[in-house]
Amino acid sequence: MMQFILSLICGIAIGGVSGYLGTLMLQKRMALAAGPLGHLTLPGIALALLYGFDISLGAFPFVILGIILIWLFEIRTKLPMEALTAIVFASGVAIAFLFLPIEQAETALVGDISKVTLEETVITTILSLLIFVIIKKIYSQMVLINISEDIAKAEKINVKKYNFLFLGCIAIIVALGVKMVGGLLTAALVAIPTCSARNLSRNLFQYTLLATSFGAISSFFGILFFKLFNFPAGPLIVLVSTTIFLISMVFKR
Amino acid sequence: MTKMPKTILKVKDLNVELDGQEIIKNLSFDVKKGEILTILGPNGAGKTVLLKTLLGLLHYKGEIRWAKGIRIGYVPQRIPFIREISLSIRDFFKLKFSHQNFGAVIKLVGLKENFLEKRIGDLSSGEFQRILVAWSLINDPEVLLFDEPTTGIDIGGEETIYSLLMRLKEEKDLTILLVTHDLSVVYKYSSNVLCLYKGKVCCLGKPKEILTPKILEKVYQTEVKFYEHKH
Repeated sequence: MMQFILSLICGIAIGGVSGYLGTLMLQKRMALAAGPLGHLTLPGIALALLYGFDISLGAFPFVILGIILIWLFEIRTKLPMEALTAIVFASGVAIAFLFLPIEQAETALVGDISKVTLEETVITTILSLLIFVIIKKIYSQMVLINISEDIAKAEKINVKKYNFLFLGCIAIIVALGVKMVGGLLTAALVAIPTCSARNLSRNLFQYTLLATSFGAISSFFGILFFKLFNFPAGPLIVLVSTTIFLISMVFKR
Repeated sequence: MTKMPKTILKVKDLNVELDGQEIIKNLSFDVKKGEILTILGPNGAGKTVLLKTLLGLLHYKGEIRWAKGIRIGYVPQRIPFIREISLSIRDFFKLKFSHQNFGAVIKLVGLKENFLEKRIGDLSSGEFQRILVAWSLINDPEVLLFDEPTTGIDIGGEETIYSLLMRLKEEKDLTILLVTHDLSVVYKYSSNVLCLYKGKVCCLGKPKEILTPKILEKVYQTEVKFYEHKH
């Protein structure tokens, strides 16, 4: 029972913040960027599983690598983001499977939140709260940057600084997210709640509130269904999220 | 006798390079308070680059001197993605970190106060244009910089946007810098016109005095016929 509660706390914290962060990523048209970032963490997850340390810790350096790649991609080439997805996805998975113990492939690909320790839960919750506060602080400026960098600069906003903070938040959320839903499904954490929220909202407050709530609710029910039916939690979380999205389509404003 | 209006912008020997290409070459001009300066020129002449440089968005060589402490309002040419965001007009205005009464601002551009709760994505393009004007008016600017305010608006709406600008100019004692390639706007509204051709000034002065067919031929090359037809 204790284990179940820890999983729930972790899940709700990561799910909620991912949804919140996703609203900014969608505005920036990089909701899918969490995809390649997640895939790229697979070698890191493989290492963590192999040597028995925390998955998020293994994933983090690879997320940073991914962020640098995205940054280089934006500056150095005019290739669209899909190209990055294709390149990074394949390489990440390929490298991971060179040394990933095959019996642990499921954990790496779709995550496993069922065995989180108390210590991990505390760290995850604190990090999630920290990211939440940072996003809240940079939110208005980021929206303006997402709308138009020229306007933002004209309003004397330091665009580089805010983009850097924003990418830092993405890195930490992806590293936390892979523990819960694995390298394959991370994009879903930031993309799906946000899309559902956009379908239903009329202003920023509703948009962010709904995205955060949908993220948290998806995690809650995903982990609950895992407890009840014993399917892996990661895919269940994503499927609950998708269900919310389908319902939001019906009530789209 | 009226006093000479003060100079609010002085540009001297301005040079702007983008990706190793010279976009603006040795540009010099002044703007006096209360003026409506139209920056005219064909596509690629450097009009938008000039405006962005004046705002301090691009690196440049030379001198750009705004009057001390001047407040500038800016509306860019396009804001392509804004309609995809769940943003009410009030949210949009709030992004300017102002304590101003948004109800008053939105009334200035001829919209009702209850518009503030509308989603930007639900506005017509004419309403959206007005909202952008309102946005630029927040924090009481003394100068407005407009980049092609007519883009994407039908003729009926276009007329109102310009007459709106003129009304605001009178009410708020504004100075306006306007980028356009629309000649009729120049004749009707501007006090001065600056013609750009390949980043260089090819005319500067009152429209009726300096926009000779010869100058226009230089600026527009093939579009002179359009001019003759209109006037």
